[in-house]
Amino acid sequence: MTPAREQDPPVVSPDAAVAWELRLYVAGQTPKSIAAFNNLKRICEEHIAGRYRIEVIDLMVNPKLARDDQILAIPTLVRKLPDPIRRIIGDLSDTERTLVGLQLRPRRG
Amino acid sequence: MSEPDERRRPSSRTLPKAASGIRGLDEITGGGLPRGRPTLVCGSAGCGKTLLAMEFLVRGATELGEPGVFVAFEETAEELTQNVRSLGFDLDDLEAAGQLVVESIHVERSEIEETGEYDLEGLFIRLGLAIDSIGAQRVVLDTIENLFGGLYNAAILRFELRRLFRWLKDRGVTTVVTGERGEGQLTRHGLEEYVSDCVILLDQRVNGQLSTRRLRVVKYRGTVHGTNEYPFLIDETGISVLPVTSMGLDYAASDERIPSGVPRLDDMLGGYGYYRGSSIMVTGTAGTGKSSLAAHLVDAGCGRGERCLYFAFEESARQIVRNMRSIGVDLEPWIDQGLLRIESVRPTLHGLESHLVAVHKLVNEFRPRIVVIDPLSSFRSAGAGSEVQSMLLRLIDFLESAEITGFFTSLTSGGSPLEQSEVAISSLIDTWLMLRQFEVGGERDRGLYVLKSRGMAHSSQIREFRLTNRGLDLLDVYAGHRP
Repeated sequence: MTPAREQDPPVVSPDAAVAWELRLYVAGQTPKSIAAFNNLKRICEEHIAGRYRIEVIDLMVNPKLARDDQILAIPTLVRKLPDPIRRIIGDLSDTERTLVGLQLRPRRG
Repeated sequence: MSEPDERRRPSSRTLPKAASGIRGLDEITGGGLPRGRPTLVCGSAGCGKTLLAMEFLVRGATELGEPGVFVAFEETAEELTQNVRSLGFDLDDLEAAGQLVVESIHVERSEIEETGEYDLEGLFIRLGLAIDSIGAQRVVLDTIENLFGGLYNAAILRFELRRLFRWLKDRGVTTVVTGERGEGQLTRHGLEEYVSDCVILLDQRVNGQLSTRRLRVVKYRGTVHGTNEYPFLIDETGISVLPVTSMGLDYAASDERIPSGVPRLDDMLGGYGYYRGSSIMVTGTAGTGKSSLAAHLVDAGCGRGERCLYFAFEESARQIVRNMRSIGVDLEPWIDQGLLRIESVRPTLHGLESHLVAVHKLVNEFRPRIVVIDPLSSFRSAGAGSEVQSMLLRLIDFLESAEITGFFTSLTSGGSPLEQSEVAISSLIDTWLMLRQFEVGGERDRGLYVLKSRGMAHSSQIREFRLTNRGLDLLDVYAGHRP
């Protein structure tokens, strides 16, 4: 049955020549936000160096975007590109899970 | 030690309240929900939580000058708009007028990966923005427990919920939080732990084919509240908790008269019969002809093309039709034409509230000009004491406010002329007829007199009457048994 498969889309090959557009939503310079940014930067450098762009959106500055982009948890990382959109919440301290969330690694089990 | 106590006491005594605007609810809670604090409304699926919460916002926005924010965790804004349209609430209009904001928050676990620490600051920011955008004084969270299904980390969620309720209190907004009924506790995830000021429980029960919704104030800090379960209705005008709040006595009193169906009785009532929209009670012992008077009124009403609703609590519709035919009143054609509806229910079958709910529902559905309740005294057996009285008061009030002529019969037992329930509602009765039997010289005579009839010069004579096969026939002035 295909519908069950759709829950786990194919892993994006890290070697593919695709541009990554990432958005990190934060609310002010909190330790969690700073940790999330540093973790994200490190993961990107390790896996998709030279092919990514990180946009940090501070909801304290642009609160309207919280509604427009359906943000609930802080920090939230949104993978705008490549399709489909993926969301990862938290400070990204669990590298394994972050990679799974970004579909740079297949989900285990 | 005693000083802080002294300071705290007056504030808890005079806990400020925000009227919900929901009919009947403010009466039970002595003025409404705790102002600037959260109230938990819980109940199982489909019990009316969302509608109650929405009405609280809509009434606040449209009638009390308090704009509101509805945070929907379950439905989309479109679904919500559609669902409450049946109550006559147009959310699009209210949003356009800046009186209401619907903030839809959807969390799907399968779409989100969680890694490490986070908080729900995004929710706070959105809520804060929504509140500020219209100067909201009311907030509904419906139902925030859905977050437990969307997020893995329950510890973070609980911490954030606690912070959210504190934040809402600091903002001073009056909040309604809905929660799904859980097993062994009020809500599935124990929301009652965070909301300590006021808890309202809703449920829906099916009792003898009739589904009744009930509301109970489980807890209300610093307030004396009714602890009973109150039935409530949801119709196209919103929620009504029974007893319905009295709308006051300022409804239009009609000058229009409607014939009683007995010409000589009309003569006794100043010549024209009852007032339209008034309440008429006829009391008497068994077999004195109370139902016959009701049938005459209904017959005359249907003859004018008016819809009549007849609640028969002691006889079936068929029995009534047969009995009335024997005195020359044929009700069957009116039933066939859809002008008359006879609802026959055994009083012992349901509780008192169920009866009242049924009456309200049918009246709203059938929209009659005349309602007969035969006999009103059957309610006595269905409930107890003061509750019955207050419910009857509300019922009469309800009919009068809808300008429906109410005709109530009441069975008195031989000895005492008045029963307690009659005394209790007598102030609301406009025209009171009494039927008596006189036993003189081995014969029983029936007598009728007008005990009172507001706003008309009525006869004070006792008139003898007979139930003939051409109807109820009033004779001349009763002057004792003729030899």
